[in-house]
Formats: sequence, structure tokens, C-alpha cells
Amino acid sequence: MRRSIWALPRLRLIAMALIARNFLVWRKLMGPAIALNFGEPLIYLLGLGLGLGHLVGTVGGLPYLTFLASGVVASSAMTTVSFEGMYSVFTRMVPQKTYDAMMATPMDVDDIILGEVIWAALKGLISAAAILLVAAFLGAVPGGFAALWALPVVFLMGLAFAGPAIIMSAVAGSYDFFNYYFVLVVTPMFMLSGVFFPLDSFPPALQVGVQFLPLTHAVEVIRPLIVGQPVAQLGLHLWVLAGFAGLSFYGAVAMVRRRLWV
Amino acid sequence: MTQKNHVDDAAQAPVVQAQGLIKQFGDFRAVDGISFVIQPGQCFGFLGPNGAGKTTTLKMLMGLSDFDAGNLRVLDQPLPDAARAIRARVGLVPQADNLDPDFTVRENLFMYARFFGLKRAAVGKRVDELLAFSELTHKADAKVETLSGGMKRRLTIARALINNPDIVVLDEPTTGLDPQVRHMIWARLAELRARGVTLILTTHYMEEAERLCDELVVMDLGKILEQGSPEQLVSRLDASDVIELRGSVSEGLFATLRSMSQHAERYGTAVYVYTHAPAAILDFLGEDTGLTVIHRRAGLEDVFLRLTGRGLRE
Repeated sequence: MRRSIWALPRLRLIAMALIARNFLVWRKLMGPAIALNFGEPLIYLLGLGLGLGHLVGTVGGLPYLTFLASGVVASSAMTTVSFEGMYSVFTRMVPQKTYDAMMATPMDVDDIILGEVIWAALKGLISAAAILLVAAFLGAVPGGFAALWALPVVFLMGLAFAGPAIIMSAVAGSYDFFNYYFVLVVTPMFMLSGVFFPLDSFPPALQVGVQFLPLTHAVEVIRPLIVGQPVAQLGLHLWVLAGFAGLSFYGAVAMVRRRLWV
Repeated sequence: MTQKNHVDDAAQAPVVQAQGLIKQFGDFRAVDGISFVIQPGQCFGFLGPNGAGKTTTLKMLMGLSDFDAGNLRVLDQPLPDAARAIRARVGLVPQADNLDPDFTVRENLFMYARFFGLKRAAVGKRVDELLAFSELTHKADAKVETLSGGMKRRLTIARALINNPDIVVLDEPTTGLDPQVRHMIWARLAELRARGVTLILTTHYMEEAERLCDELVVMDLGKILEQGSPEQLVSRLDASDVIELRGSVSEGLFATLRSMSQHAERYGTAVYVYTHAPAAILDFLGEDTGLTVIHRRAGLEDVFLRLTGRGLRE
């Protein structure tokens, strides 16, 4: 009679209903969202790319602006997805009780979390696409239209980051709890995964360590796609991201079941 | 809205069959071996103080709460296995408001239909009907956060009907509402019942239980103490009348009253005397008692208090 929170999640089309709901809310608040999506990367790229780029010159044979833009496409998707998976999911799960309302319909936790994971990845995709567009205008996308291949990878990395963020929401008592995740997970990856500096500038031990970070693998694929270079070890990187996506989705479903099932 | 004709065809099969349900939260047994049967088209009420296990029981009926022992069938399907199929045919009005604050009244209804897998085009007419049913047509495009508490509750009820359910489950449907809204909701619930929808509700308002329910169970501490129609419950009480005395009642007088009646109890500065022969007691008290004497017929509230006691539940 007791359901197991560890039962394998089922993937059902009804998850689309949650995506439709979130999209409708997003559309109502689209103005400020788009302003943030375009405004922030523009400032980053102009400030760091031109300012710091002036000092640095080229990195790994690339103009610094190009190097930076291709990294920020990935890191911005990470940040967007993490915010969505924590603050927004927590709001719907706890104070707003949106999931309680959904669970009185044929929707289960499996459907809700599948929808949330896809939705978060889509939001990451939107912010990455905005940066790619800004970067293209600044002449920092030498890969041309082939750079669009970076977007499916961004979606996959979005899935990989959505699960862990939702797990944080499921165990959080309040919004303050998310500070830990940002300090211990998001910010270190932001600084250490090759977004701002090439990995070979780190000490060897650290270079090995960062191989365990999903953002490192995302950057390793997304950067060459944007700058028009061949991707080394494409399969490995994609499998790492897919592994993070699958395992963290399973963990997120289990943890949200633990919180919402009574 | 559609008449529930198929319910009449299957009038023999109960919509809910519960047997020996037990629900444990750690050391606390929230539901302690309850059994009941709910017939189609009935309004079935769970009456009980806070913490009696009413809400947990409702959650079990919808497959939202696991149970540790027992057997539960809803609409002739087993729980928890058929939970999703059952929920497709049940509407829930929860105790706490969980409407979508980012949406208008109408959007809330359309969106909720999506969660049942119902397409927008298929429910357009139904949304209009439900807006009229809940007297919210004039608020259709208002944001939910601008609604009053009564309007929110009406919208929650309308939302619970979006899938044209066979059963509507209501957890304290009129708690915290003003009398106008309460009466309006009672009228709508009576309308639903007349259409053949089975209503299952929890309440601690005696008036609500008396007006709406065909069948009641009184619960306390996870157990069912009594079951029957409101009239049956009142008639099973050991007294037909209650005489309430306010003021200082001496021990001697209290003892005499107790010997003259079925039951008497002191609570604060009041004494309650339960009796089948109120005239004799009123005669005995006479005119000049110096006490305030209130005489009334025994009702559901007396049943409730006799069964569950006067202690506070906190």
C-alpha cells in the first residue's frame, strides 16, 4: 500500500500541460525576462570582452571576446536553469501549492518534474540563444550558422542542471537554503569550468578535478561549435551531460515525492 | 451541465468501499482502522474535531495518501493502483487555496482542464457554464489575487468540476466564509447532488452537516465513533432536550439535576443537563433560580460534543 519514492519515474505526454502552464506565465512576464536575457550578456561581453580582452589579447588562438562569448553561452544557461529549478520550482511547490493542485488531477510527481526539467532547459536555451545573438552582432561567432549546433547541446546541459536544482528545492526549508548551492556548486563551476580562462592555466591537479564538473564538459563542446572548430571527445562530453541529466532527474522525482507524498 | 445518468444505472455499486484503513505517521496513528461505504449520489460527511483524521481519509480516497493497512476501492477500482484513473473522475476542493495566482479566473479553469488532458476547444462551453454556476462570469478576466475569499472558494469549486466528475471531494468547503457565500455554496452543492454527483465532505459546522449530508460519520483520534443520517445520530442520543444553566450552580443542585436527568456536566460556569423530560426539570428549577436557563432540543452539536468531549484540540 506504500508507494516507493524510488520507483522508476514514468515519462508521459501529460507533462506538456505543466510546460504549457509555465509558458503562459512566462509570456505574461516576457518583457523583463527578455530584457534580462539580452541586457546582462551584452554588458558582460562588452565589459569583460572588450575591457579585459584588450589586456589579454588572444586565448588559445581566439580573440578573448570570442573565447568569452562561447563560454558565457554555457554558463548563462547553467545560471538560468539553476534559478528556475530552485526559486521558481520552490515557489510553485511550497508557498503557491501549484503542485498540490496538479496532483489532484491525473498528473503525478513524475509528470510535474518531467515538465519542470524540460521547461527549465528551455529557459536556459532562450538565454543561451540571446547571448549567441548578441555575440554574433559583436562579431564573436566565427562558426557562423554552424554555431547553432551549440543549442541542442545547451538544451542537454540544461536538463543536466535542472535535476540537481530541483533536488535542492525538494529539500529546502526556505529560499535561503539555495545560497549553499550557489556558493558550493554554481559559482565554483562558473569560475573553474573554462568559461573565463582556459583550463590549461590551472595546476594539473585542478585540471583533473574540473573534469568532474558538468559545466566543463558543456563548455568543451559548445565552445568549438561556436568558434567553428572540431569537437574533441564529443561522445564522452555528451554522455557525461546525459548521465547527469538522467540521474538527477531520477533523484529529483524521488526527492519531490518524498516531500509531497503524505 | 451533463446529468449523471450512468450513476442511476449502476445505483447498486457503492462509489467508495473502505475496509480497515490504517495510516501511520511515525508513532502517530492518524487513521485507525476505519471502514465505511459511500453510495452513489449520496452526500457523505466526515465530522470531527481537528486532528480526527478527516483530511487524511479524503487524501487516501484520492490516492494522494498511502495507507498502511486495509482495502480501498473508489468507483470500483482499487487504490493505490488505479489512483490516476480515479482522479480523472473526481474533483477536489482542498482546504487551503491553491489557485494559480498568475492567471485570471478563466485561465485558471482552462489550465486546470489541461491537467486532466482536456483540450481547450473541448472545454470552452463548460468553462462558461462553470463561471455562471459559481457566479463569477463578471470576474472571468480578473486576476485571482484580486478576488475575495468567497470568490476564490467559488472558483476552487468550479475548478473541481472542470472534468465533469462523478465524485466531488470537499475539505471544509465553507470554513472562513461569510453567511451569504456559505448559503450560496450550500445551494450549489445541493444542485450537484440533485444531478447525481456524489459529494464527500469534511466539516466541523453542524449546520452544514445537517443541511447537506445524507450520511455522516463522526470521527475522533482516527476512529469512527458513530455513523448514520443526521436524524439517526440525534435520535440515538440518550436525551431529546438540553437545558443549559449559566450562573453559580451549587454542588447540591448539580447532584440533584444529575439524578433527575440522563446526563449532566459542568463546563466552566455552565451546566448542561441532557434529558428526555425537560418539563419536570424546568418545573423543579422554578422561576427564581437566579440562573440563566436555556432550554432547547438536542441537536447534532450535542451528539458531537458527547462523542468527542469538550477538551480543546491543539
